[in-house]
Amino acid sequence: MILNILKPNKENLQNYLAIGIFLLLLGFFDIFSNTFLNVNITGFLPSIISYLSPLILGTLGLHFIRIEYSGNKTLDRINNNLNSSNFNAILSLIVIFILLKYVPPTLNWTFFDANFLGSTKEDCTGDGACWVFVKVWFNRFMYGMYPNAEQWRINISFLILFVSIVSIFVLPQKFKKYIILFLLFIFPIIALNLISGGLFGLKWIETGAWGGLSLTFIVSAFALIFCFPIGVFLALGRRSDLPAIKYSSISFIELWRGVPLITVLFMSAVMFPMFLPDGTYMDKLMRVIIAITLFEAAYMAEVVRGGLQALPRGQYDAAKSLGMGYWRMHFLIILPQALKLVIPGIANTFLALVKDTPLIFVVGLLELAGMIGLAKTNPKWLGMATEGYVFAAFVFWVICFAMSRYSQNLEKKLSTER
Amino acid sequence: MSNIIELKKVNKWFDKFQVLKDIDLEVKTQEKIVICGPSGSGKSTLIRCINRLENHQEGKIVVDNTEISEDTKNIEIIRAEVGMVFQQFNLFPHLSILDNCTLAPIWVKKLPKKKAEELAMENLKRVQIEDQALKFPGQLSGGQQQRAAIARALCMEPKIMLFDEPTSALDPEMIKEVLDVMVDLAKGGMTMIVVTHEMGFAKEVADNMIFMDEGRIVEKAKTKDFFDSPKSDRTKLFLSQIL
Repeated sequence: MILNILKPNKENLQNYLAIGIFLLLLGFFDIFSNTFLNVNITGFLPSIISYLSPLILGTLGLHFIRIEYSGNKTLDRINNNLNSSNFNAILSLIVIFILLKYVPPTLNWTFFDANFLGSTKEDCTGDGACWVFVKVWFNRFMYGMYPNAEQWRINISFLILFVSIVSIFVLPQKFKKYIILFLLFIFPIIALNLISGGLFGLKWIETGAWGGLSLTFIVSAFALIFCFPIGVFLALGRRSDLPAIKYSSISFIELWRGVPLITVLFMSAVMFPMFLPDGTYMDKLMRVIIAITLFEAAYMAEVVRGGLQALPRGQYDAAKSLGMGYWRMHFLIILPQALKLVIPGIANTFLALVKDTPLIFVVGLLELAGMIGLAKTNPKWLGMATEGYVFAAFVFWVICFAMSRYSQNLEKKLSTER
Repeated sequence: MSNIIELKKVNKWFDKFQVLKDIDLEVKTQEKIVICGPSGSGKSTLIRCINRLENHQEGKIVVDNTEISEDTKNIEIIRAEVGMVFQQFNLFPHLSILDNCTLAPIWVKKLPKKKAEELAMENLKRVQIEDQALKFPGQLSGGQQQRAAIARALCMEPKIMLFDEPTSALDPEMIKEVLDVMVDLAKGGMTMIVVTHEMGFAKEVADNMIFMDEGRIVEKAKTKDFFDSPKSDRTKLFLSQIL
């Protein structure tokens, strides 16, 4: 192969380096002029070759500068990491070219050409994103149709939540227990009463008016808290020796796993009230939260069961031989280990749950994505779908990424292997 | 002395395969019995039946005056009196050695935490790993893990100790440290049933030897008679191969 002859060695490295870098620069210049100047410097070539010319030039350039060991730190680093073979050189170039071609326009759209000032659609004169839309509607995106004058109630609830979560990490060990108990049992009652009102002269606010990001949090938080224990019990039930418990767990899990969430939500909102006796009433939001909880609990159950099955039988034997009964064995020995094993799976289910919440739009509840969907159809703000959904994507990403990081930390913290 | 364990005509099947055939066995308080035999002969199954990690289908097992059967409501009470040490140690990997030892005393025997910890340290000292108390099982060598497992069983202050091939998963160098602990325990007057192939240990501590093959007790004899003048040919063959 001619390519093998054209290999640099230590003596003629200077020459090869010059040619290689020149070709490489030519390739980059080609991309650059194409993207930013709209000039195709290889336009005289047949179109397919012209299209691939930066890649060809770059690959040749990288081939010329590839040398086992040159002594030059930068060159060696490039060769080791980006340019260890022709195939790797092509992959590196493709990745770099894609970044060059698409990152600047994206940045332009999001930041440099974007419009931040003003209060109507007409203020958006630049080419980029119209963040004015998000700014004007921000309040609605956060609180839905909750009356402006009462929004402090939501703020206070979330402030309490935030402060207690932070204090779990800051305060010494012995207070932790109480704060967690407070969060699990007392806080939900306080928050629910505060947000829905009706007591202590607080104005009653229908759940239909709840919405936006706060509703996303409310639905996810309740579903997360309740689906976990239910899932654990279902998993234990499925492995039970008692046929009644075993088969009811199996049928519950398989039933809920077998239907799409959207039908479950629809049934809970539309069909379920028909089966209730006359005169009884159950709030729509409550029904939806229960439906999501049971749905995710079925998934959780299978995740937890995976962990239970991974434990060696010796652990059960050891626990039994020490005189532990079923519940002590499971809560002291089996579950702590099984749950630790399946933290990634649990995190997966939790993330899926948070991202499933927008589906509650089918029953007329509008959380963040739902509010955006509503706002973009406002006659004064037509054509803002992209901005709205990019914003929604960003918010969901932040929430999910935080949860994912937390699960990774937890995994590390709980690891007791050497 | 009275019998603390009695087995009468015990039969057990795994599906259609019979693993225990008409087992009769009596163990007196403070007696040390070593069970040996080829693999698959039912030794482990036999001692696992004594604390009902396995259930038997026919016959009668009485431990400390309580019959073990399907409707023994508080099998946990019997298990708390019968300590067991496993071939694979089976320490709880998510807990420190100290917590491994205090967990059952605190939750099953309802000992106050402080007392349980004192007891645990005492037993860890007895097996000579008190300096490892705060480490996790994964950080210990096999021999240390097995000694920790013995200490964990001792923390329940059992009347009987069952050992299921306690040295079979260990490196040769670590076998001795575990056997030393067991010899020490035997001299302290514990009732012990040990499944093992360590014949040196058997000669030193056992009162009676049992040889099992194909689910049957082939020979039961005083230790000296067992080694010097075995009656059955099967025992002779076995002994000639492992001694």
